[in-house]
Amino acid sequence: MLAVRDARDKQAFGALFDHFGPRLKAFVMRGGTGPELAEEVVQEVMLSVWRKAHQFDPTRAQVSGWIYQITRNCQIDKLRREKRPLPEMIEEEADSGPDAGDVLGLEQESAQLKRALHRLNPEQREMIEKAYLGDLSHTEIRKITGLPLGTIKSRIRLGLERLRHELKSMREI
Amino acid sequence: MSKISHHLPDSVLAAYATGSLPYAYAMVAAAHVSMCAECRAVYEAHQCVGGLVLDDMEGMAVSQNTRSQLMDSLDLEAPPEAPAPRAFGVYPAPVAELLGGAGPRWRKVGGGVRQQILHYDDVGSIRLLSIPPGRAVPDHSHGGLELTLVLQGSFSDETGQFGRGDVEVGDPDLEHTPTAGEEGPCICLAATDAPLRFRSLVPRLIQPLLRI
Repeated sequence: MLAVRDARDKQAFGALFDHFGPRLKAFVMRGGTGPELAEEVVQEVMLSVWRKAHQFDPTRAQVSGWIYQITRNCQIDKLRREKRPLPEMIEEEADSGPDAGDVLGLEQESAQLKRALHRLNPEQREMIEKAYLGDLSHTEIRKITGLPLGTIKSRIRLGLERLRHELKSMREI
Repeated sequence: MSKISHHLPDSVLAAYATGSLPYAYAMVAAAHVSMCAECRAVYEAHQCVGGLVLDDMEGMAVSQNTRSQLMDSLDLEAPPEAPAPRAFGVYPAPVAELLGGAGPRWRKVGGGVRQQILHYDDVGSIRLLSIPPGRAVPDHSHGGLELTLVLQGSFSDETGQFGRGDVEVGDPDLEHTPTAGEEGPCICLAATDAPLRFRSLVPRLIQPLLRI
């Protein structure tokens, strides 16, 4: 992904497509979309990935999480025909490059979270899948017992704090 | 920014990240996350879980045609990207965008309270409220969840004190009388999924006219 973002590397993008394209298609079809339309969504999402690559910050998101968000935005805008309200962007403008420690830290935390997901019993697992596919209403989500988000939360917070700190020192220059 | 002490519950942030939050609540969530690093971290953590679910999907073959069309379109010039919305005064970016880059067009609703309805559909409504210093919003309860985010000044009610960035989560059992702080007018962003029910008769009679 970083090769896509920084070097606009098409071969790397092709590899990214070969990994996420089929998963995205399955993801979108699980929501009841037919195969043809699903491929259109895949195309649209992956084109956004290419075009919005500069917004990707590896200290705050995994590639999969970032693509997940683009996908949900795209699905919602298409299905509900309303613009999904999004938070104000805090974009990294400095060309400082991500802190390798932060990136590694986030990777480790998500690997842990992934193991936690795999340890759930099939029923819980299905509920989580449904929730993140957007199949549960917000009142239904309230009933799900929370995942242990603690560690990944603090990891992402570190990324945010680092970014804020950088932006602050940029302003002071 | 660090003074925010009333946050969105995890379930609301999860529902926001998964896209199952109705528009009015999603607007409050977007506005609060814009102001609150704590909740932004939780929101992004939920996106990460979403990514793990996506990554765990058993893939379905995508046609070569789709792939080559996509690869060919990488060189096409992207349509100019709309500039990212920015905050306007006390209004965080998503609210400023809805206001169209200008201040609210207030309408009087009685008792010195003013409002602008930003969006209204059959699942909920979102509006801005401006309450004069020291004044109370008529005692009311609501049918469903009510989210109220303070954008300027403060208010207090039976459950506590709320300043800029704080969000009050009102469930159907909450009957409260929010009173604005003395320091200046209190501006709030409020989302409900059902019309507010005022307890006294007069507000109840004019309610249909005001669409609140």
